Amino acid sequence: MKALTSHRAALPALFFAIVLALPQLGLPPFWVTLLSYVGLYAIVALGLVLLTGVAGLISFGQAAFVGIGAYTTAYLTTQFGLSPWIGLLAGIALTACSAFLIGSLTMRISGHYLPLSTIAWGLSLYYLFGNLEMLGKHDGINGIPAIAIGSVEFGNGASMYLLIWAVLILALVSVVNFLDSRAGRAVRALRFGTVMPEAMGVDTARLKIVIFVYAAVLAGISGWLYAHLQQAVNPTPFGLKYGIDYLLMVVVGGAGHVWGAILGAGLLAVLSNFLQEWLPGVLGTGGNFEAIVFGIALVIFLQFANEGLWPRLQARFGRRLPRQLPADAAPLAQMPKPARGEVILEVEAARKQFGGLVAVNDVSFSVKAGEIVGLIGPNGAGKSTTFNLVTGVLSITSGKLNYRGQSLAGLSSRDISSRGIARTFQHVRLVPGMSVLENAAMGAFRRGQFAPQGGILASLLRANRKEEAHILGEARRQLERVGLGDLTDHPAGSLALGQQRILEIARALCCDPALLLLDEPAAGLRLKEKQALAALLDKLRGEGMAVLLVEHDMDFVMQLTDHIVVMEFGTKIAEGTPAQIQVHPAVLEAYLGGAQ
Amino acid sequence: MDTSILAVLIQDGITTGAIYALLSLALVLVFSVTRVIFLPQGEFVAFGALTLAAIQNGQAPATALLLLALGAVTLAVEAGSALRLAQTRARLLHRLPLLVATHLAAPLAIYAVTRYIDLQALAMPLQILLALLIVVPMGPMIYRVAYQPLAHSSVLVLLIVSLGVHLAMVGLGLLMFGPEGTNTKPFTEMQFSLGDSPVSGQSVIVLITVAALIAVIYVFFERTLTGKALRATAVNRLGARLVGVGINQAGKLSFAMAAGIGALCGILIAPFTIVNYESGFIIALKGFVGAIFGGLASYPIAALGSVSVGLIESFSSFWASAYKELIVFTVIIPILLWRSLTSHHIDEEA
Repeated sequence: MKALTSHRAALPALFFAIVLALPQLGLPPFWVTLLSYVGLYAIVALGLVLLTGVAGLISFGQAAFVGIGAYTTAYLTTQFGLSPWIGLLAGIALTACSAFLIGSLTMRISGHYLPLSTIAWGLSLYYLFGNLEMLGKHDGINGIPAIAIGSVEFGNGASMYLLIWAVLILALVSVVNFLDSRAGRAVRALRFGTVMPEAMGVDTARLKIVIFVYAAVLAGISGWLYAHLQQAVNPTPFGLKYGIDYLLMVVVGGAGHVWGAILGAGLLAVLSNFLQEWLPGVLGTGGNFEAIVFGIALVIFLQFANEGLWPRLQARFGRRLPRQLPADAAPLAQMPKPARGEVILEVEAARKQFGGLVAVNDVSFSVKAGEIVGLIGPNGAGKSTTFNLVTGVLSITSGKLNYRGQSLAGLSSRDISSRGIARTFQHVRLVPGMSVLENAAMGAFRRGQFAPQGGILASLLRANRKEEAHILGEARRQLERVGLGDLTDHPAGSLALGQQRILEIARALCCDPALLLLDEPAAGLRLKEKQALAALLDKLRGEGMAVLLVEHDMDFVMQLTDHIVVMEFGTKIAEGTPAQIQVHPAVLEAYLGGAQ
Repeated sequence: MDTSILAVLIQDGITTGAIYALLSLALVLVFSVTRVIFLPQGEFVAFGALTLAAIQNGQAPATALLLLALGAVTLAVEAGSALRLAQTRARLLHRLPLLVATHLAAPLAIYAVTRYIDLQALAMPLQILLALLIVVPMGPMIYRVAYQPLAHSSVLVLLIVSLGVHLAMVGLGLLMFGPEGTNTKPFTEMQFSLGDSPVSGQSVIVLITVAALIAVIYVFFERTLTGKALRATAVNRLGARLVGVGINQAGKLSFAMAAGIGALCGILIAPFTIVNYESGFIIALKGFVGAIFGGLASYPIAALGSVSVGLIESFSSFWASAYKELIVFTVIIPILLWRSLTSHHIDEEA
């Protein structure tokens, strides 16, 4: 285990050791400066990898956050003679606050507000920097002092280079740590919609704000370094154009990959530098040729590698090492389970109206522990709506919805999941690039030792290893329970549909449920897969689990369930054992039509 | 402030706001049909205005040459991709005459017109028509070359393609037109008076044009099959494909409309405002701000928002001209606040 972790870290450590030693090895000052800028860009791009590449939230405003960091320290150190370290703290506070404000405004409403509002944000901040008297208008601020620790001053290019790359390493490690945590896995799921993470207990809006703030803080730190490297600031490098450039670095490097940030930043800085130097010599100085060549090259590049460069390099040279888990992780604490036969879900006269349409019309039924209940009915009968009432996706219009004596009415799906009701989805919702193990671990989101929604700082600092061991250990136990124990390291997207549905059940089991809600679990499965699924559900029933399933496959339902509820046009028309339902006149009429 | 200044400011605001409204319409259209955030919209504004300015000065506009080059590249890409598959290879021979006519012969003819006809002597409507004929076909050509091969990529990748196109077009704009900005001739010198305040005929023409164009677009989307196909694509791309709407055709059409709207906006705005090779970007961004009012989905609210942006701009340039842009782009914060308080929708698929 120890050897393996150090092996995982060996290549990056070697890379950084070489980079940090470069000035000592006689790298010319020109290159030291250029690589300093690569480091500054990469710190910003790292935040964008998290925000845009991993979570799918596009921000044009990162350059503006860099500007806040740079101007804050510039103003405080030159006007009040304060230490650059105070400038750093103030800059971080200011970027975090403004990011929090913008995030709170945009993250709770749907998709495309963030990119557009960050365009406007980036522009207005640029004009603000350029027009404020106290910030020196378009001339900016000069004479910013150097950073110092005690008597060590980061005055020259080589020392700033070291500082910048040291910060970059810390930032990289923090982002890698974060992605490999409970909250990080939830972030990786965001790109595929919020319904699944919410059902696993994740407050997705809050999580989006958290990563937006973190990306902004990284940008602010980069701005602080920039101001003290240049010892001067002016509005230009914080305009929208640079905001777009940061996105460009991330896309060219490989949007979802932390190393793509460094690759993209390096490529762009070096390339634009040389394009600016060489092209006028080749093509003349009559026009802005580097922009033309650059723009066209970018379009061509994307046609051939729209995933960016890093995944290509990785596919050629890299290989994923299997994940090692400590074998002795103690199990997670479990909620007390109901006794077999106890009624745990009571639906009483539940009603859902959409305007004048009554989708669920005073339906009542109950589910006992250790029992599988099937909810069937022709298309449009209101099964899915009933299901969505119990899972909290829709709110109930009237009636009672009690789980183990407590009302579920008005609770969000994440509160419902934390009470011990777990669900699967009709259309499988897994994160295809994440391993089977990590997908299953999503289910245990609310069961970490850190406060249900917290643990962000702990994960950045890698202080969450014990929690991780518990959660991943639980995920592996549940995967073994459902029979996927051999596939833990495979990407979830490579599994067959039947296995994916079983994986969804394993994920649901990680929530520590007493009641499982399955939405058409057999849809699209082959016979063998259906048999395996039925055997698994039978086994869970034997262990005392209550299961409510919506299903169309009659063979499957009749052979498996203890109790069936039949709905038609929003109303319950029959209820009973499979044998009773098969001969029930109302059911026969609903399915086969009446014999008039 | 007396009432005559007020009237001038309102008139200015509504006129530029109407132009922003058209631009926001084009942005919403392109985004909803193709998922492309169309950054190069502004370059079409600049190209339209500067092409017309060149024509009015009696110079052959360099954009005609660009059209010729772009046509040749598009033809090559079209033929190249057709040659890759056996079925399309067989059909290529039948398609070739039309492709050559539209991508090579037509641009060549336009180029010849710009070289051998006394452009200054043309009537203004003909000059405008010629400018549009040069600039508008670039829209679908750029879609074919830059966007169509990546039509299924993420919004992010499409955005970066937009960035590449934007950079190349701004660079080409500088090359073709130089750094100097110009005005075009006003459509009319007429002045009306409405009560005490003067109204320029120019503003009236802009407003009538915008209103007419919006009406045409409305009828196009509501009444024609092609318009409905575009709307269907915007709602559900897969569903539209399954009922036989060509995604590529829809993309090209929306780009042609956006290019047309952009160029026309340039032509409408150039008599008031000096336009240079890079000023289209900011103009189009104000259209973006308007579009955010409508949540990138509603055309009427986007249009209304754009008119407010125009008004805010004209009043803030009077009161605090240094902060004009700052104010225009900060307005977005209260809008978003209002949006986030009124909409409780959580999207299912991000």
